[in-house]
Amino acid sequence: MIEFKLNGRDLRLDVDPDKPLLWAIREDAGLTGTKFGCGIGACGACTVHLNGTAVRSCITPLAAANGARITTIEGLSPEGEVHPVQAAWLAEQVPQCGYCQSGMIMAVSALLASNPRPSDDDINRGVTNICRCGIYVRIRRAIHRAAASGPVVMFDPADQQSAAAGEKVDG
Amino acid sequence: MGKWTRRAFLSVGGLLGGGLVIGVGGVAFAPNRFGVREASGAGGDAQLTTWLKIAPDGTVEAIVPHCEMGQGAQVGLAMMLTEELGARWDQVRIKEAPAEEIYANGHFITGFLGEAGSVPSWLQRSLEYTTYRISRLIPLQVTGGSASIRATGQYGMQVAGAAARSMLQDAAAAEWGVAAHTCDVADGVISHPGGKSAGIGQFASAAASLEPPIHPQLRDRSDYKLVGTSPQRPDFPGKVTGEATYGVDVTLPDMLVATVAASPAPGGVLESVAREPALAVKGVREVLALPEAVAVVADSYYAASKGLKSLAPVFSNPHQAVSSESILAEHGSTLDAGGGGVDRKVGDGEGAIAAATEVVEAEYWVPYLAHATMEPMAATVQVRGDDVEVWAGVQDPLNARAVVASELDIDANQVTFHNMPLGGGFGRRLPFAFDYLQQAARIGKAMSPAPVKMIWSREEDMGHDFYRPAMLARYRGGIDATGHASAWTCGFTGSGDMGAGWPIYDVPHQEILTHSAPGPLRGGSWRSVGHSQHGFFMESFVDELAVAAGRDALAFRRDLLASKPRHQKVLDRVGEMSDWEGLDPSGRARGVAIVEGFGSICAEVAEVSVQAGQIRVHNVWVAVDCGLLVHPDQGTAQIEGGVIFGLSAALYQEITVEGGVPVQRSFPDYPMVKLADAPDVQVSFVDSDGPVGGLGEPGVPPVAPAVANAVFALTGERLRSLPMRPSV
Repeated sequence: MIEFKLNGRDLRLDVDPDKPLLWAIREDAGLTGTKFGCGIGACGACTVHLNGTAVRSCITPLAAANGARITTIEGLSPEGEVHPVQAAWLAEQVPQCGYCQSGMIMAVSALLASNPRPSDDDINRGVTNICRCGIYVRIRRAIHRAAASGPVVMFDPADQQSAAAGEKVDG
Repeated sequence: MGKWTRRAFLSVGGLLGGGLVIGVGGVAFAPNRFGVREASGAGGDAQLTTWLKIAPDGTVEAIVPHCEMGQGAQVGLAMMLTEELGARWDQVRIKEAPAEEIYANGHFITGFLGEAGSVPSWLQRSLEYTTYRISRLIPLQVTGGSASIRATGQYGMQVAGAAARSMLQDAAAAEWGVAAHTCDVADGVISHPGGKSAGIGQFASAAASLEPPIHPQLRDRSDYKLVGTSPQRPDFPGKVTGEATYGVDVTLPDMLVATVAASPAPGGVLESVAREPALAVKGVREVLALPEAVAVVADSYYAASKGLKSLAPVFSNPHQAVSSESILAEHGSTLDAGGGGVDRKVGDGEGAIAAATEVVEAEYWVPYLAHATMEPMAATVQVRGDDVEVWAGVQDPLNARAVVASELDIDANQVTFHNMPLGGGFGRRLPFAFDYLQQAARIGKAMSPAPVKMIWSREEDMGHDFYRPAMLARYRGGIDATGHASAWTCGFTGSGDMGAGWPIYDVPHQEILTHSAPGPLRGGSWRSVGHSQHGFFMESFVDELAVAAGRDALAFRRDLLASKPRHQKVLDRVGEMSDWEGLDPSGRARGVAIVEGFGSICAEVAEVSVQAGQIRVHNVWVAVDCGLLVHPDQGTAQIEGGVIFGLSAALYQEITVEGGVPVQRSFPDYPMVKLADAPDVQVSFVDSDGPVGGLGEPGVPPVAPAVANAVFALTGERLRSLPMRPSV
């Protein structure tokens, strides 16, 4: 039995611990915002946050998520709110086909949470996802816009729920 | 301007509950196909079958017969319709047309390309290599060829909007007792100088009872208020929140998931497979032997994938002895053999070569390429008796529906096709390349009545593409005593693609010959099609001619375009943007290329440096003349993306063949440009009153030759094959 928090909610799965986290998220939890691109961690379309760090879920075995906090694109910002990275993405009209965008936004939001004003070199090293439509010019512009809009904090739905319950969880 | 000259007609009808619907049809196919179908069933919304619907409350529905694969054509098409109609943008809702014959758009595209009634050549590219029963696959509802705006937009959406405006004017004028031409429609309001005014919804129903004008008067471009602005894309919020649902995301109750391994060698068939190992995997329901593949069906992709990996299927291989080396050699011997079909002949090419004071010869090669859409091929099929439903993202849902029907041997009308947003297309999801739908249909039938989602692995996707064909080309050019290019001859292995291999330059003597393209891989249309090959060849070669003539690369081209002011203007613009006359920064050099295709002219200057065999592209400046620029921001986005798409191929990509099998199977050995190696791209559109051109593809072809020409300027090494591998 694997137990973890997915977007703040407790999830218990009785499935093969070798199953990649990607497919547990997509098929067992039913959240399809996280995408399958290559299955070998090469493209980043499957990027999610594991305890606040961007990981490629297609090569992360479910066992590695046991006891962890997992955030997907669906849980990036509180219900009804737009995350600063998503806001910058819309302001710059970044997407094209959009398929890589969940993973890209998860990678960028993790980068900005740890490095609020990244240089171009920081971006090059920190965001290695593939976009086949070739929208990199706008991605770079949107990252700088998001960084300039203020600090990007890592929203964790688990924190919000815990706070509501009157207990503080170390984020 | 604004004269609509195509042979087509409008049809019109009333909405259940009042309102106006209107469509545009061509006479090349069934003339009554565009009649408005009666609403069926009691109550609810009418099933409307045309492109423009105005409800009594003034809401306008733009029903667009093109898919959304990132290119944004749906927004542009709706804008063109809205502009002509005179509605407010916030009144307009965009809806993708369902896969039904009434929405076929093939007649616009074929008609626009001057091939009415036939399949355009960028589709024939795939046709040449397949054995589909074509007669069952027409009509088309296709998105490709950078044709949405220039074909459906120009000849469909604008005309439907203008016709609706005229009818609204007529309806209001009759009610108000004034002359129709004195009424105007703007911002969603019909008005008369005498003071009368009404929202368009109020007269929609009355307008629907009128005859549509045969030649609706289009607005003058100078009066455009919406076209030329950049409203936000309505599909983007869902794409940044993860809510957008692609074909691979479709989830149905009791759905099964399948994945397949087809013969690694093209044309191979499944000879044997022991099913037991997969059946022993928890969650696996079935192992299916298809003619050319083995499929594992399970309750999850993980189980299906694990089951598939446990199998050792044996396939035949008709091309065991074929390798990239043998393919290249065969292309060479094909050209050595001479002959060939005449693709273009002007003057006396061979004679002019003989008379030239200097002759330049060059041989170029481009490899097979995969599309590698980010979303691998995927389709969900549910077969319940003769009632079939399909969910997938394709570039032609109407043809896709026909392919599934053909595979299941039922009538196309028994198949409901739900076209989903595409996770990239680039030509891979065009008609005549629907092998994955055939597989999904067979699997769905085998597992009936359960819905089955078939997902290809990345390896399956890259190994079973309809590849951009490899091509070899040999050029000869002559410089005469005055330093002018006098002769241009060429032979190449593959398709001339409707003049993609014809130089845009005023060279008096030209001879261009086509030859067959040997090789085992299936060919397909790859973003920019023939221009992706010929653009590289021609713009490299003209650079070589400029060097031989001792001329500046941009000025030499400009002189050869003396009779083409639009081209010259584009060159001048890109020269200004890149400071062409200025000095190169230390360690860098610039190269230029210009390609005309899809009705647009696109020139690019690339600035490069080279270190330890690695080319670094720092900047790409692009100038474009696309005639009418409908949505500047999305037009810019298409060019930006096209440059990166072309650059990945120029620097990194090739599909090689060993033992008759494509070698590259995923991103590590078929690399893409990423953020770290993406140049800055600056795009500028020149003002133009030229015909409407496309933008989805024109950004792609010039980048490879611009980079190669820049590398030559920097190092003196002429890179004549792709991907580029500089020796220094």
